[in-house]
Amino acid sequence: MSKTRASGRTVGGLRSLSLQAPAVSLLLLWMLVPLGMTLWFSFQRYNLLMPEMTGFAGLENYEFLFTDPALWRAIGNTLLLVGWVLVITVVGGTLLAVLFQQEFPGRGIARVLAISPFFVMPTVSALVWKNMMMHPDNGVLAWLARVFGASPVDWFSSLPLTSIVIIVAWQWLPFALLILLTAMQSLDDDQVEAARMDGAGPLAVFFYITLPHLKRAISVVIMIEMIFLLTIFAEIYVTTSGGPGLATTNLAYLIYMQSLLDFDVGLGSAGGVVAIILANIVAIFLVRLVARHLEN
Amino acid sequence: MATLQLRNIVKRFDDTQVIKGVDLDVNDREFVVFVGPSGCGKSTLLRMIAGLESATSGDILIDGQRINEVGPAERGLAMVFQSYALYPHMTVEDNMGFSLKLAGVSKEERRRKVRETAEILQLEPLLDRKPKALSGGQRQRVAIGRAIVRNPSIFLFDEPLSNLDAALRVQMRIELARLHEALDATMIYVTHDQIEAMTMADKIVVLQGGVVEQVGSPMALYHHPRNRFVAGFIGSPKMNFVKVTVAHAGPAGVEVRLPGGVNCEVPVDGDGVAAGTVLELGFRPEHIQLDVGGPLEGCIEVIERLGGLTSLYVRMPEALITVSADGNVEHRVGDTLRFGFAPDCAHLFGSDGLALPSLHRHPLAALNRQDNRAISMAGSQ
Amino acid sequence: MTTAKPKPSLTAEGQASFTRTAPAVATALLSLEFRRLMLTLLGWGVSLLIFFPILWMAMTGFKTEAAAIADPSFLFTPTLDSYSAVQARADYFKYALNSVTVAFGSTLLALLIGIPSAYSMAFLPTRRTKGTLLWMLSTKMLPPVGVLVPIYLLFRTTGLLDTRTGLIIVYTLMNLPIVVWMLYTFFKDLPRDILEAGRMDGASTFQEVVYLLMPLTLPGIASTGLLSVILSWNEAFWSLNLTSSNAAPLTAYIASFSSPEGLFWAKLSAASTMAIAPILVFGWMTQKQMVRGLTFGAVK
Repeated sequence: MSKTRASGRTVGGLRSLSLQAPAVSLLLLWMLVPLGMTLWFSFQRYNLLMPEMTGFAGLENYEFLFTDPALWRAIGNTLLLVGWVLVITVVGGTLLAVLFQQEFPGRGIARVLAISPFFVMPTVSALVWKNMMMHPDNGVLAWLARVFGASPVDWFSSLPLTSIVIIVAWQWLPFALLILLTAMQSLDDDQVEAARMDGAGPLAVFFYITLPHLKRAISVVIMIEMIFLLTIFAEIYVTTSGGPGLATTNLAYLIYMQSLLDFDVGLGSAGGVVAIILANIVAIFLVRLVARHLEN
Repeated sequence: MATLQLRNIVKRFDDTQVIKGVDLDVNDREFVVFVGPSGCGKSTLLRMIAGLESATSGDILIDGQRINEVGPAERGLAMVFQSYALYPHMTVEDNMGFSLKLAGVSKEERRRKVRETAEILQLEPLLDRKPKALSGGQRQRVAIGRAIVRNPSIFLFDEPLSNLDAALRVQMRIELARLHEALDATMIYVTHDQIEAMTMADKIVVLQGGVVEQVGSPMALYHHPRNRFVAGFIGSPKMNFVKVTVAHAGPAGVEVRLPGGVNCEVPVDGDGVAAGTVLELGFRPEHIQLDVGGPLEGCIEVIERLGGLTSLYVRMPEALITVSADGNVEHRVGDTLRFGFAPDCAHLFGSDGLALPSLHRHPLAALNRQDNRAISMAGSQ
Repeated sequence: MTTAKPKPSLTAEGQASFTRTAPAVATALLSLEFRRLMLTLLGWGVSLLIFFPILWMAMTGFKTEAAAIADPSFLFTPTLDSYSAVQARADYFKYALNSVTVAFGSTLLALLIGIPSAYSMAFLPTRRTKGTLLWMLSTKMLPPVGVLVPIYLLFRTTGLLDTRTGLIIVYTLMNLPIVVWMLYTFFKDLPRDILEAGRMDGASTFQEVVYLLMPLTLPGIASTGLLSVILSWNEAFWSLNLTSSNAAPLTAYIASFSSPEGLFWAKLSAASTMAIAPILVFGWMTQKQMVRGLTFGAVK
């Protein structure tokens, strides 16, 4: 019935407003003040290298930005990065969750080891992968290739975006595993047993019982990861610096390059505005995804 | 000493009106039961009295004071929830003493009051346990104990027995009735189970779709339902309904034609009812007599033998009739049954669902539990 | 639907048929053993594969620089040279203290602000609640770079640049949306009745939160806090751009080793190991708690 609804509109509404006020107003400030400033700067000539050039720029910065092929490349890279990492972590995380759900000796420790990358700071994991795993001369992967008689791959110059995807996926796979494993533990044994009695094999059980049960958890994984993946920065900063060329420049990094490396605050801010708009478009999709999940 | 009045209470959630103007008087020390199908608004009404939900409009008065804007704790009520809502992280003693703790009552005083209440409910051995370690019935008693400790002017119960198994429910029913006697407090009790309503109430309030259908003593509702809904809701097995045509009507009675072609005179006020009008005749399964010479006839479709009683489901031309018969009837499925019913106990309902007023009040209709007690005392002398 | 189990039979035929199937049972058991073995190998193989980069880093920290760039080997004489060299260059403990202060400080603050907010969303929802929650989450999607310049300028004028307070403020705001959302999912799972019973017993909103809500959702609050600590500890963008020396946490410590001395792998590994060790151990110790919290809230 209506038990989940609000209690009295006036009293409850007021109470709920006052309780939410700190969080909402802080976030509003945190968002609006810089956003306003960014918006303001984006219409200004503001280059730290050319302090004499100031004043209203109109749409100049945006014009420059939108005619710059770098923007579209960066948007493309952002979406590719987010998309691939999501696919790898959700699929891989589900499979790993099924694996770690089974009983085997030392499962507890194995599980702890497998979720460890989540605790590693992005800068460190990027450095480790760059120097010790994917280094073309001394990296473990290069050594492995040589052992098997293949020529080592120079990861960051020949497969730059793939390399970044691998690093980021490695970091986020444990998170997906953690959440999905948790969700799997709440699967009702009766359901699985009933399916078995109905003649379902392990595969059928997975597809018809386990996977539907994980839907909610998967949407949580997608939502949280998307939030963080859209703004990936440290991994690129440490490994490729966006290169070679623009191969690994995502939107976050592009803005960083423009505003901090080229000292063009106006242009960087315009990029920031574009990023914010993109984030909001993604957020709308996300809202659809999560809204359903919030219903129940 | 506590009375409660509801004056034209309306509750709206967004655009749906769930309570559509309820008026009610609850007298001091009365046991009032709100009964109705799920979604009828009975729980919402109780929650508004408790202060957990605010009324969209109308007045709620306790002892004549309007308390719409008073917080739940200050109303001096206590509520027992359907889920018991015990605090899972506290022991039984802490659960029962929580309200006293919040009120700033000293530890010794708290302890004394909790022990006192625990004694009434035989909860002493459980005081150190957490709710998780209790059975359903024990949790129920703790929830009641928590309410008693507050010494409220009015007790509110929200379907408190619906999570118990059948045997325990009967036992708790009796215990609650006894508790009402012992505490001598005003109690308001919500249930969807008409048996609970019939057995415990001084006054039953039948709700449907946010509207009060009828208020009255159990026997008044049973013998003089105001409309077809109440007639069908109160009593088990349910009342039978058959479409009939009025042959002759007047202030002294209505003669109707049954589907089989038999006429029957029902003692209700038929003033203004025209001959030929289609009405609905209602008669209870327990008011049917098996009679080979009876006016009605049907084929037995299902037989339920309860031991002492047997329910026969009989197919009539336009309805399936339930007949309560003796446990020893020898009929078989497929047999043709002839029967009649007592017209004095029958009811006629118009197309608006309202019952035509009965010409005689049933002698027990004014009876409530207090009188019950008086009768049994007189009987034992 | 369950099918009837075959009745246990004690007759001679029954026993005979049992002995006949004994070899089949043996093979079944054997294959069960085999399955278990494969499962063990697979489980451990996968987990070691995932863990390998961390293990390798930790090992490299104990190698000499020469051994670090030589062909990979698990056999070497461990040395603490890299650690002492690293410690000589920058005081690890100063950075670590900053990290601890900032991570726990911001988490505490986020919980303090987040709990009342999540409480009202879960128990006093209005029509705007869902929208507010999603809006909060969407603020997380703005790339920090987009607003770095204004924040930097604001921090410079208010003197928050390179202070722990400044970082705590930023991290609190950064984690607040996730904290509120997670708390909301935990709170929503708490039966409303219990809080209502508390209200009937005379609890004020504050008492409701402190005596009932918090103790009852402690696992959820704990796992929310743990996640917030981990995210704050590992955050690199703001810490690199808003701190220089006084308030620099371990992410900055690592960054100082990354560019000029990137080739000195053993030292870099030693520094990296020290930077992640506290949070890794913390994560290992609390992962059970985290899973427990998550089970009863967000992803049930």
